[in-house]
Amino acid sequence: MAATERHVRRRRTRPEAAPAPAPRSPVPGAVIEFQNVSKIYPSGDTGLQDVSFAIQPGEFVFLVGQSGSGKSTTMRLLIKETEATTGTIRVAGRELSDISRRRVPYYRRNIGVVFQDYKLLPNRTVYENVAYALQVTGGSRREIREKVPDILRLTGLSLKLHNVPEQLSGGEQQRVSVARAFVNHPPLLLADEPTGNLDPETSIGIMQLLYRINKTGTTVVVATHDVEMVNKMRRRVIELAHGRVVRDERAGAYAARESTREFALRMREDRP
Amino acid sequence: MKLGFFLREALRALKRNAVPSFAAMATVLVTVMLLGVFIPVVQATTGAANEVRGRVIADVFLKNDATKADIERVRKLLDNDTPHVASIEYVSKDQAYAEERKKHKAAYEALGTANPLPPTFRVTPDKPDNITKVRDSLTPIGPSGQRTVIDSAIDEVSNREEDTNKILSVTRVVKLTTALLAALLVIASVLLIANTIRLSLYARRREVEVMKLVGATDWFIRWPFVIEGVLVGTLGGLLAVLLLAVLKIAVVDPLAAQFALIAAPDTMNFPLLIGVLLAAAVGVSAAGSGISLRRFLRV
Repeated sequence: MAATERHVRRRRTRPEAAPAPAPRSPVPGAVIEFQNVSKIYPSGDTGLQDVSFAIQPGEFVFLVGQSGSGKSTTMRLLIKETEATTGTIRVAGRELSDISRRRVPYYRRNIGVVFQDYKLLPNRTVYENVAYALQVTGGSRREIREKVPDILRLTGLSLKLHNVPEQLSGGEQQRVSVARAFVNHPPLLLADEPTGNLDPETSIGIMQLLYRINKTGTTVVVATHDVEMVNKMRRRVIELAHGRVVRDERAGAYAARESTREFALRMREDRP
Repeated sequence: MKLGFFLREALRALKRNAVPSFAAMATVLVTVMLLGVFIPVVQATTGAANEVRGRVIADVFLKNDATKADIERVRKLLDNDTPHVASIEYVSKDQAYAEERKKHKAAYEALGTANPLPPTFRVTPDKPDNITKVRDSLTPIGPSGQRTVIDSAIDEVSNREEDTNKILSVTRVVKLTTALLAALLVIASVLLIANTIRLSLYARRREVEVMKLVGATDWFIRWPFVIEGVLVGTLGGLLAVLLLAVLKIAVVDPLAAQFALIAAPDTMNFPLLIGVLLAAAVGVSAAGSGISLRRFLRV
């Protein structure tokens, strides 16, 4: 796996790869740290309520919970698309509220993002889609020629270089999206329901890819509904419910153990 | 590399957004063409008006029995003691008679040898607008409300007030209407360009979203749209200039060669006009893009 090794090397030579611990951070060295974070939307809906957790560099974390439990809010807060109402969020020791609006694009270059709906540009080829991320961040032609084929090899898309997204299967499209997110070798990769639209077999392929990326030292946070996957991978699980952290387990399962009897009781409850 | 990227993005957007782009281009074309016609027309009318206004003079009629000494005294008065006087010209009784006789032969033949015309000083003011000041200083309004003369030899001072006022108001109206029309057209062009860019933004909102996600700076996202707008405007401007050039060569130049009238007033030369029009087209389209980006692209 030569491509992977090259990525490992590149990750290690990145100057900002090792996050400097912030002076006031109670969890030293954490990549992501939420401290009593609440998010209340202008409509009055609660996104998050008093959420605190910390993620160390190199971790692979599942963020699970029902729809509306605050997973997407967490993701949006992390890419600074919205601001927390109260509490502090630190990424690589840096408080997000300290980043000025003008600096947000530079901050985002350190984070790769993968979405359920891929967010690929429909009238560009696979190669152009991936190269786009580099062009936007001011990558040189040489850099593009060097990095893009490399990352496409890593994601197994070498043969689909000149196809446009609609000629690809869902799994392949998601691979392109992962390739685009990782072509800059960001120290942090966020994935919001990356397997939400995919069948189980294809999902495994995507997870494998994320796992491999994680092995290069990149911290990976995956928000998901994929019970099967979470249970099989046995990674750290943070469960959210109604905007609160209800569980944070190392090597956890999607849901806390529930016997058939308990489940039956739940089914008979009045409230749907 | 960067500029090339922006240009390619802008052209890609233009191709996909062809119909609204064409509409915006057509408006810019019409605006620039009208501007291109109006600028010389306005210049020509102001030029002509100024020429007429340059001929504005005050006639200082002396009494019929003014002696040589009286005439010399009034000349000195006009030369030294009256403000806003540019030049004076003395027309004696005989000269006036000769001039008028030439113009109205029949009338003077009926008159016989009698000469009813008084000796006159024609006073040219330094600026046409100052003509009333000259008149007021020569014939101040007395305490009774009647005009009095400051020298007993002066009979009356006439400033041809009506002519002057007419010329002044006509030029003002021409200037105002053309300015208003031009302003309206410019506003229409700006709004149409703004609309084109808005449509382009809407068509590419996905792209903008992706750009934001991968960390493109605000201006990196904006430049292709600005370039798109400016390209549309410049294209419209260029076409308009081309049409104007054809018009000038095919219609105005032959006419001007036959009638001195068209070419007479000094208007700005054609290359300068082209420059001004293209600058206007680019300015208008940049403004239009700016409006849309400000309102619809929250980055």
